[in-house]
Amino acid sequence: MSAPAAVAPVKVRRATKSSWIGLAVIVPVLIVLALGPYIISRGLQQNLVILFSLIVLGTMWNLLAGYGGMVSIGQQAYIGIGAYGLVYIADSLGIDPFLAVPVSVIIAGLLSLPISFLAFRLSGGYFAIGTWVIAEVVRLITMQIDAVGGGAGLTLTALNVLSPGRRIAYVYWLSLAAVVIAVLVTYLIMRSRLGLGFTAIRDDATAAGSLGVRVTSSKRIVYLVSSMGCALAGSMIAANTLHITPESVYSVQYSAFMIFIVVIGGMGTIEGPIIGAVVFYALQQWLSDYGVWYLVILGVLAIVVVLLAPRGLWGILSFNGRIKLFPVGYRLVNPLEKFSVIKSKEPAA
Amino acid sequence: MDWLNAVLQGLLLGGLYALLAAGLSLMFGVMRIVNLAHGVLAVVAAYMGYFLVHNFHMNAFLTLIVVVPVMAGIGWILQMGLFNPSLKAGGLAPILVAFGIAVVLTNLLQALFTADTRSIDAGMIGVQSIQLNDTIYIGVFPLITFVVGVLVIAGLQVYLNRTRDGRAMRAASDDKDAAQLMGINNRRIYAKATALAIGIGGIAGVFLGIRTQFSPTYGDATLIFAFEAVIIGGLGSLWGTLIGGIVLGVAQTVGAQINPSYGVLFGNLVFLAILAFRPTGLLQKAVNS
Repeated sequence: MSAPAAVAPVKVRRATKSSWIGLAVIVPVLIVLALGPYIISRGLQQNLVILFSLIVLGTMWNLLAGYGGMVSIGQQAYIGIGAYGLVYIADSLGIDPFLAVPVSVIIAGLLSLPISFLAFRLSGGYFAIGTWVIAEVVRLITMQIDAVGGGAGLTLTALNVLSPGRRIAYVYWLSLAAVVIAVLVTYLIMRSRLGLGFTAIRDDATAAGSLGVRVTSSKRIVYLVSSMGCALAGSMIAANTLHITPESVYSVQYSAFMIFIVVIGGMGTIEGPIIGAVVFYALQQWLSDYGVWYLVILGVLAIVVVLLAPRGLWGILSFNGRIKLFPVGYRLVNPLEKFSVIKSKEPAA
Repeated sequence: MDWLNAVLQGLLLGGLYALLAAGLSLMFGVMRIVNLAHGVLAVVAAYMGYFLVHNFHMNAFLTLIVVVPVMAGIGWILQMGLFNPSLKAGGLAPILVAFGIAVVLTNLLQALFTADTRSIDAGMIGVQSIQLNDTIYIGVFPLITFVVGVLVIAGLQVYLNRTRDGRAMRAASDDKDAAQLMGINNRRIYAKATALAIGIGGIAGVFLGIRTQFSPTYGDATLIFAFEAVIIGGLGSLWGTLIGGIVLGVAQTVGAQINPSYGVLFGNLVFLAILAFRPTGLLQKAVNS
C-alpha cells in the first residue's frame, strides 16, 4: 500500500467557451422575446405560444426518451389533464386562472405517480403502446364526465375579465416562462447527480445499477417531471385556444409531434428539441397547404434522420456535440496542459 | 340471455383480435421489434381488399389470394429496407422507425382514400347467421373469422416448432449471434418472419374490413387491441395470444352490453387490471427480453 504519488492539482470545469457564448446569445434573445407583447401583433403572439408549447413538449419528451430511454406515445394524457385542469379549476371552481395553472400541473404530477407503476411494468416498445392505452383510458373517462362537458368539451371563460390584448399578452408571458422553466429544469436535472446516473444508465443499465444508481426511481422522477411539463404545455394550449375537447387535447398527434421534434432536432441534448421545435413549426407552416402530405414528409424525414443522422440537426450543427450551449458535463483541466483531457456526456448515439 | 349472447359474440370477436395480434407477437418473439405500424398495415390490407372488391368485383374472401402475398412482400421490403438497418443502429431506433412508418402510412391512406369510412362488402356470407335457440344467433362470418384465427395460430405454432425456418427463427430469437455462427442469415430469417407476420396481418385486415367500418386512422385502435391481446395472454405464447384476444373481445362486448359507449373502455380496463395484478399475462411463459 504505497501512498499515491504526488499529482499536479487538477481542476474540474463545467462551463465551456461555447457555453459562455451560448449564454451571451440566449439572454438577449430572451429579453427581446419578453418584450414581445409591446412589439409584435396579437396574432404573432398567439402563434409564438404554439411554438413555445412545442418547445416545452419536445423538451419534456426528450427528458423521457433522450435521457430516460423511455419512448412514450401517451404523454397526451398529461397534456389533456393540464388543459382540463386549468379550465375546470378556473371556470367551475372560480380560482384565479394563473394560480390554476400550477395547481393543475401538480395534479398531473400526483396522477403520474400511480400511473407510472402500471406503465413501468412494460418496457421498450410495449411501454410505448402501454402509455398510449393509458392516455386512451384517460380520454374515454374524461368523455364520460358530464361536469367537464363530456365529448363536447369546455370553453375557458375565466380569462374574459381581461381585455383581449392583455389576455393574449399574459398567456404569451406565461408560455415564455414555461419554456424557460422547462429548459432550466432539464438543465439542472442533467447537471445533477441524477443526470450523471442517467448517463451511466444509458451506457449500461445493469452496470449502473450495480454501482448504486437507482435505475427505476431515477426513471420515475423523470417520468414525473415530464408529465408535469406536458401538463404545463396543456394549460398553455388551453389558454391559447380557449376551447378544448377530448379529441383535441388527448390527440395522439401530440406524441407524433413530440417524437418528430426530438428526433429531427437531436435526441439526448438540451439544444436539440428547441431547434427541432422551431424547424417542425416552420415546416408545419410551410407545408400547411399540402394537407396530410406534410405528416408523410415529416414521417419520412424522421425515419431518415433516425437511420442516417441519429444525432439530429443539433448533432450536425454542433459538430457532433463539440459545441455545448448548456454545459452538463465535467472536464478535467490539467494546469500543466492547457486543454481538457476527459470528455464526457456525449449525446445518445 | 342477452349476456350469454354478449359473451358468445365477444368470444368470436376474440378470434379476430388473435389474428391481428399473432403478427405483432411473432415479430416481437423473433427480433424484439414492437411493430407500431402493425395496426395501420392491417388497415392497408383492408383498403386493398376494398379496392379489389369495389373496382374488380372480386369475392371478398378471394381478395386474400392477392392481398396476403402483397402484404408479405411489403413486410419483406420493410424488414430489409428499414427494420434491419434500425436494428443495426440499435437503441431506440427500431421503435422510432416503426412509429415513423405508422405515421407515413396512415397519412398516405388519408391522402389516397380521404378520411371517409368504408367497409368491404362480403355479400350474403357477411350477413347470414345460424340460429342456436330463440334468442341467440351466431353470425356465419364471425364464426369463419374465429375458425381462421384458431387455424392460423395453430399453423404458426407448427411452423415454428417443426420447420427448418421456424427453428431458425427460434434460434435467432434465443441468441442471434450464436444463430449466425451456426450459419443462419439473421437478416433473411428476420425478413421471412416479418413477411409472415405482415401476411397474417393482411388476413386480419381483410376480415376487419368485412366486419366493421374503417378509416385511415383505424390502425390506431387496431394496434392497441392487438397489443392488449398479446399482453393479456402473456408475452411469448401464441396460444396465450388467442386467449388474450378472447378475453379482450368478451370484455368489450360485455362492456358494450352495459352501455354502448363502454365497450372499448372496458377492454382497456381489463388490460390495465391484468397489467396491475398479473403482469406476466394469463398464460405465462418465461421470456428473456
